[in-house]
Amino acid sequence: MKRRTLLTAAAAASALTLGLAAPSFAQDKTKVGFIYVGPVGDGGWTYEHNQGRLAVEEHFGDAVETIYQENVPEGADAERAITQMALSGADLIFTTSFGYMDPTINVASKFPDVKFEHATGYKTADNVGVYSARFYEGRAVQGTIAGMMTKSNKIGYIGSFPIPEVIRGINSAYLHAKKVNPDVEFSVVWAYTWFDPAKEADAAQALIDQGADVILQHTDSTAPQAAAQKAGNVITFGQASDMGEYAPLPRVSSIIDNWAPYYIARTQAVIDGTWESDNTWDGIGAGMVGIGEISDAVPEDVKAAALEVMNSIADGSYQPFTGPINKQDGSVWLAEGETADDGTLAGMNFYVEGLTGEIPQ
Amino acid sequence: MITFVKRPEPSKIWTIATPILAVVLTMILGGLLFAAMGKDPVAAIRTIFWDPLFNEQFAGYSRPQLLVKAGPLILIAIGLSLGFKAGIWNIGAEGQYIMGALTGAAVGLALYPLDAWWIFPLMVIAGAFGGFLWAMIPALLKTKFNTNEILVSLMLVYVAEQILASAALGFLRNPEGNGFPGSRNLSQIPAMSNPELITGTGAHWGVVAAFASVVAAYVLINKHMLGFQIRLTGESPRAARFAGVKDKLLVVFCLGTAGALAGLAGLFEVTGPAGQISIDFGAGYGFTAIIVAFLGRLNPIGILLAGLLLALTFIGGELAQFMLGLPSAAIQVFQGMLLMILLAMDILVNYRVMIVKKESA
Repeated sequence: MKRRTLLTAAAAASALTLGLAAPSFAQDKTKVGFIYVGPVGDGGWTYEHNQGRLAVEEHFGDAVETIYQENVPEGADAERAITQMALSGADLIFTTSFGYMDPTINVASKFPDVKFEHATGYKTADNVGVYSARFYEGRAVQGTIAGMMTKSNKIGYIGSFPIPEVIRGINSAYLHAKKVNPDVEFSVVWAYTWFDPAKEADAAQALIDQGADVILQHTDSTAPQAAAQKAGNVITFGQASDMGEYAPLPRVSSIIDNWAPYYIARTQAVIDGTWESDNTWDGIGAGMVGIGEISDAVPEDVKAAALEVMNSIADGSYQPFTGPINKQDGSVWLAEGETADDGTLAGMNFYVEGLTGEIPQ
Repeated sequence: MITFVKRPEPSKIWTIATPILAVVLTMILGGLLFAAMGKDPVAAIRTIFWDPLFNEQFAGYSRPQLLVKAGPLILIAIGLSLGFKAGIWNIGAEGQYIMGALTGAAVGLALYPLDAWWIFPLMVIAGAFGGFLWAMIPALLKTKFNTNEILVSLMLVYVAEQILASAALGFLRNPEGNGFPGSRNLSQIPAMSNPELITGTGAHWGVVAAFASVVAAYVLINKHMLGFQIRLTGESPRAARFAGVKDKLLVVFCLGTAGALAGLAGLFEVTGPAGQISIDFGAGYGFTAIIVAFLGRLNPIGILLAGLLLALTFIGGELAQFMLGLPSAAIQVFQGMLLMILLAMDILVNYRVMIVKKESA
């Protein structure tokens, strides 16, 4: 194990004891830690990150040891959880939720020899890289299916928090639903949680009661799927994970986060000593965003249209945010043929034209 | 057969012995639980109770963290205990905690980027005042209209949470935050930060305030006329009124003090460990503090110990999660077990267990 130098005085006391404790660790086993926002059994976001962890274990076998802590709140507790993990001798730590951004940066400054990877944030440091997936590419496929399949022309959307990642997804789904069905309307409900089956079920039920026959969700539990199944004649999409147990109906397809290749590559980089801070944002093409099997409940023509969108995004010939697109207030965002740049996408805080309601301010 | 005979007055020996007995019993039952899950029970118990304090690798960091975690719990619980002793049930400390943090942070951020020594003290006063005002709503409704303070204070928690979300997304949002919710990081602004006062102890101003509140409450309850009035009101409201206790004033005093202390706790948390106003800033300290108050038997010294014990199981539980791979649900069961056994053991304080021989008829 590498000896860590702790810079801040706050951790100085531990530095001494850390040096003493070092020999108790296996000499060259690389330790990879994961901080999860939900339980590993959420069936969605955290579940897929944990699948990535298991893939790392399987790939490296005895050369790597993985540890994790689940249900870590995104506040003051996160910093302690990350610090304790670093103290326990982790060489690489993945912090897998947006709210861990500042805690990750703070802890990283105290452990310059430990590498950190923060999911979905934007702050980097010499030993902190960020990574995320272009989920909005998957939303384009979902929007296409949703727009073609809705009969009531009402699509319900369960948002988690009004942050750019979620707003991007709403905009992308709306634009592509609108493209195939000009009459489509979106209702967005903000649940203010990533994982709360009861709240998510309530939100889904409220949207169904308003006449929505398609439910899209940006929250991680399968509760909306269950609510749709109970209501009947409502279709849904798996979020973060395939949620295949609800196929063929209500779940007609899904967006699957596939973190395994990235986690394996970054662990390998730490083992090789080639790790450098990066800013990775991969989509369908690189395999970080997967589209779950489109079920038999979807008519052939809809399936073909969806696959065409998917393939054109995968081979790079189409960008989901291609002009002309106006903002909600009618002002021009992208001119004809213009595509969105990553900077604007990363900080997206506006709806596109046609969406009703306001982003909570 | 076993019967329970009520003691004329609570047993002094058992008052001290039951908490220790309860912890031992929890260790045994918890050990069985962990063993049933296929984990080494001794290692698990040692990780939860011993490692945060004495493990040479972690303790240097975890020990001060105990104070960080226990500080707000103790501060809030002390305030609540005054009301509880008098039969005034403030269940809404979580809301007062949030509003204190919001008011204090708002005052500080309004002065940004001014750098002056008096900003932090001003924020402290504003924080206490914010919590105080929020508690005045149930207090005045109770004294003027005789509403139920349990319901009013509890419902106001949800109102406070909504105001918090709107602050994080709107009027306190960091203008340089790329559209993401959350205020500026107060702990990184020197004029507004609540840093560790003595390096390596974890003690920030909130911990100092918590210890001061324990001493103040002890003096108030045991040496002061007001303390006598509080106790008298709790034991016999009618007698108290005959004795000239102004019961409405007492309601205002108890709720106001609890609100101000909870507000202080929120302010110290947002300027220190949490660092910023975020949507999920309220981490449940206000509710956990109710448990701490009763666990400490509404006695200031008891509350101090109860706060530290709860903090220990939190931090030890976190260590057990990633050191031994215990799921967080198992840790929660264990914590619940400890609380339940502690409260159930109360029977030994108030009752004598007698083994009575069955007499033949």
